[in-house]
Amino acid sequence: MKAKIVITPKRAVVDPQGKTVRNALEQMGHQGIKAVHVGKYLEIELDGADRETARKALDEACHKFLSNPVIEDYKLEVTD
Amino acid sequence: MTEPAITPELVAKHNLTPDEYKKILELLGREPSYTELGIFSVMWSEHCSYKNTRPLLKTFPTKSKKILVGAGEENAGIIDIGDGLAIAFKIESHNHPSAVEPFQGAATGVGGIVRDIFTMGARPICSVNSLRFGPITNGEGRAGCPQPAERRGADTAPYQELTAQQIANNKRLFAGVVAGIAHYGNCFGIPTIAGEVYFDKSYEGNPLVNAFCLGVLRHEQIARGAAKGIGNPVFYVGPPTGRDGLAGASFASQDLTEESAEQQRGAVQVGDPFMEKLVCEACLELLATGAVAGIQDMGAAGLTCSTCETAARAGTGIEIELDKVPQRAPNMTSYDLMLSESQERMLIIVHKGREEEVKRIFDKWDLPWSEIGFVTDTGRMVVKQHGNVVADIPAKKIADESPVYQREAREPVYLKEVRAFRLDEIPQSPDPGRDLLTLLAWPTIASKNWVYRQYDHMVRDGSAICPGSDAAVLRIKSDSLPDLVGRDSVEPKFSEDRAREDSRPTIPEKLIALTVDGNGAYVYLDPYEGGKIVVTEAARNLACSGAVPLGVTDNLNYGNPFKPELFWQLKESVRGLADACQAFNTPVTGGNCSLYNQSPAGPIDPTPTVAMVGLIEKPEHITTQWFKDEGDAVVLLGEPVDANDPLLGLGGSAWLQAVHGKKTGTPPRCDLEPARTLHTTLLGLIQSGLIKSAHDCSEGGLAVCLAESCISQLVARGTPRLIGAAIDLSLVGRESARAQKSEGEQKSGLDGVPPHRIDALLFGETQSRVVITCNPLDAVKVVERAKLLGVPAVQIGRVGGDQLSIKTAAGELSVPAAELHDRWWNAIARAMV
Amino acid sequence: MNFAVLQFPASNCDQDAIHALRDVLGHPARYVWHKETSLGDADAVIVPGGFSYGDYLRCGAIARFSPVMQAVKQFADNGGLVLGICNGFQVLTEAGLLPGALVRNRDLQFHCEHIFLKTATPDSPFTNKIPEGKWLKIPIAHGEGCYFADEETLAELKANNRILWQYCSATGELTEGANPNGSLLNIAGICNERRNVAGLMPHPERACERLLASDDGRWIFESMIATLQNRTVAKAA
Repeated sequence: MKAKIVITPKRAVVDPQGKTVRNALEQMGHQGIKAVHVGKYLEIELDGADRETARKALDEACHKFLSNPVIEDYKLEVTD
Repeated sequence: MTEPAITPELVAKHNLTPDEYKKILELLGREPSYTELGIFSVMWSEHCSYKNTRPLLKTFPTKSKKILVGAGEENAGIIDIGDGLAIAFKIESHNHPSAVEPFQGAATGVGGIVRDIFTMGARPICSVNSLRFGPITNGEGRAGCPQPAERRGADTAPYQELTAQQIANNKRLFAGVVAGIAHYGNCFGIPTIAGEVYFDKSYEGNPLVNAFCLGVLRHEQIARGAAKGIGNPVFYVGPPTGRDGLAGASFASQDLTEESAEQQRGAVQVGDPFMEKLVCEACLELLATGAVAGIQDMGAAGLTCSTCETAARAGTGIEIELDKVPQRAPNMTSYDLMLSESQERMLIIVHKGREEEVKRIFDKWDLPWSEIGFVTDTGRMVVKQHGNVVADIPAKKIADESPVYQREAREPVYLKEVRAFRLDEIPQSPDPGRDLLTLLAWPTIASKNWVYRQYDHMVRDGSAICPGSDAAVLRIKSDSLPDLVGRDSVEPKFSEDRAREDSRPTIPEKLIALTVDGNGAYVYLDPYEGGKIVVTEAARNLACSGAVPLGVTDNLNYGNPFKPELFWQLKESVRGLADACQAFNTPVTGGNCSLYNQSPAGPIDPTPTVAMVGLIEKPEHITTQWFKDEGDAVVLLGEPVDANDPLLGLGGSAWLQAVHGKKTGTPPRCDLEPARTLHTTLLGLIQSGLIKSAHDCSEGGLAVCLAESCISQLVARGTPRLIGAAIDLSLVGRESARAQKSEGEQKSGLDGVPPHRIDALLFGETQSRVVITCNPLDAVKVVERAKLLGVPAVQIGRVGGDQLSIKTAAGELSVPAAELHDRWWNAIARAMV
Repeated sequence: MNFAVLQFPASNCDQDAIHALRDVLGHPARYVWHKETSLGDADAVIVPGGFSYGDYLRCGAIARFSPVMQAVKQFADNGGLVLGICNGFQVLTEAGLLPGALVRNRDLQFHCEHIFLKTATPDSPFTNKIPEGKWLKIPIAHGEGCYFADEETLAELKANNRILWQYCSATGELTEGANPNGSLLNIAGICNERRNVAGLMPHPERACERLLASDDGRWIFESMIATLQNRTVAKAA
């Protein structure tokens, strides 16, 4: 089993990294880019069998540790 | 897994010559295995063996009463600083890895040199770096310049503007290297307290990244990289070995080409400063227990160098079992494991019976460790894997009997053109004020705040003078030293702690000054004089800060030694460096050679960088470069213009480069005797408490020196302290112009003597000059005392106002200090937007 | 007064804090290793700067789970003084002892430079000795020091005088140019509701001696010491 977690900055938080990437893309000639948000991607390899249990446990870890709810949102996906 | 057969092609691919291969056959008495071939290839690379430079390095002065560990003995030299204390320091290049991946290349460069220092048992307390890049701007303030014909081959096209892509690439390398140094140093927690950056076309695509580290320790804490004690266990500590930077040492020892760079990209070493901090603390804690018989970092060629060198130093043998080496990737071959350059790893030889202490301490720091072998009496380095011997080599022979070459040296033809250059080709400056602003905004001269603001230069509570003056000053205090006894993980209670602290040996605080210098353009235009200038400028910077020099470490960055012209540059400049080191009594305690530096357009300017360390006796002797108080007298020490120099100090000058786009002309002469007199006189004046500021004249000459003295004090973010000065050089110029008119023509007064060119007076780089200030009431005393000691001295003006105005017999300039500051302070930030 | 200075893997300003408190200010100070579970007889806790756990994942995110942080929470709950400096401030926000978060500097670069600090209120154990109208000159050294909190939190901080320090110009104005990292309201340091836990990005421990360009940082430690001494006196009475 594998868990994929995408962590992105909350929209309300200044994201200078995203802004810089957006500007760079624009300078390189890419058009129509409204905004860029730079986040993190975690891939976690799991041993257990029960997907739902794993999801629950990881969801808690995401909330408490892997992301900072003050400034970040996350999406969690568990696959086989 | 079958190993490839040894063919002449494979030997050549390992950068070994047929003769060298023959020597390997003799040493082994048989054909080497593939792993052994790899081992020889790195051990006999220039990076590890100095095979092309050793005869030259032997000409450096390396002895003094204060040297505790000399050049070439260990990972770094060690100098006594009194009261039972000592400093260990060294500079090392990471040029080629930084060309391939600037961030990681520079970061691992810092990591490597920091490891060299704590390997000596010293606590690393500051880091310094010397960097070179291609130009980051075009047009006004450009660093690019035409090069004499020989360097371009048949192509004699005039100076060409750099393309936007070239500029962007230079900026990418510059930003990446600075970020990499910041990343590693800041996280490790070492102040990056000094440095220098030059921009020149010759470094395009081949940046120079020379990293220096200094540590401090007590005499009895010196650790040795020797595998002593037959039967002693050998430990591997630090992160597992992967296929990182395979054979980086031999990569560093060949010409940098697109192809070689591309090959390396897949195997870039990645630095982990967090890991290094833990390894450093754990090693220092372990050393304090006395359980360590020998310790060596795994730098270039990791396991190979560390096992071979420790055995060679102790005259013992070493046997290791590769299956016990922690591994990050599956199916690593013995070749991979022996040549990998995974970072932050150490080899530790432990006194038999004290293994548990290693395990306890490394477990405490959550660091991997593994006992991988033992010391033998065979004199051989034996490597086993899966029960087979994969390498069996006489350790001392491979380390000490590497080939040594006397390369052919031939004076390059371009020097004829350089020497023929005369100022007649150059019109006198119509607007010296504008030239001054151009020079201040020239990235090589401009403030490097964009760089050092990204480095934590204050951590460890020792930075008395931060970057931005002639030399940085660092305070050494009791807790700068490694602990004497290992600290337990559980600390005692406060009451007990108090008692222990009271018995803690305190030391008298020490102040050391550091600088790094290396004007490659001078060395290119006259290797011998240029070499002398590099060392002399470093010594002058220390004198300006109030320090007595102790020693130097040097990094020789040159081109391919097989080209006789390039080897001549190396040879001649080493002669200059050696003569100057002798003159200032600053022995070379070690260093590094980086050859094969070239950009697609040709070899780099020969660039020796010299880091010099000195001692300041008392805190009140610390002197900075900026003007202090309104009304202070400004005094010039040294000859205003070298009247015997037909180019009046403008040869190779920043003014010729930045304003006229010419890097040519014989650079100013550097006479060592007057330089030494200047330094000791200046130091005497500082120690007598008469001097308020001292700043040396270097790139950009007197005008830039004065301008920097007006604008370089920074109180806090966005809060510079600007102060003007009124300078009058009209008489000064005339007097030395008269001297140039030869004695016979000297009559009475200055009538009929044409004044010097204003640009020579303002921007000429005549050597051995320092601008000092003092209370106006002391001015006569200062001038007289300097003259008495044989140093030309003249009061040239007063501090005050908000303008820098300079009057000369041939014209004058006046610029608001705020404008000077803006151009100088913001130039690099503007270029990097 | 006894100061405990926490030591996480790759804390690197722990030694500086000990130096400032013990060698300069003359108060007992000792390291407390992150695996310890007790703070012993400490009167105050310093969570020092550095790159705990290499700043991996997020600054301070891993350190907050260290065993010693449980003890720090309890110590704070009992009213003990806790000061987080730089990475220590980040650890305290991650641990929920202080509101908000510290994110990447506005220009994405690490900044090491002296800044001026305006003390927003003398009403805290960390600011009561700072002379009125004195702008503290103290260095910063961080890459992620831009203070962020949602509107509601900011309003609460303001309403309850919980903003302790703000970046200011040499003349005490809260200008954009004086703000090195883009912090909301130029915030450099705040305290909790109970006012016994504070965090700030600048490094007062690097500004306690004239030799190091400024000794303004002492005012912050002197405030803590005075508070603790008053408590001792009150207890005895």
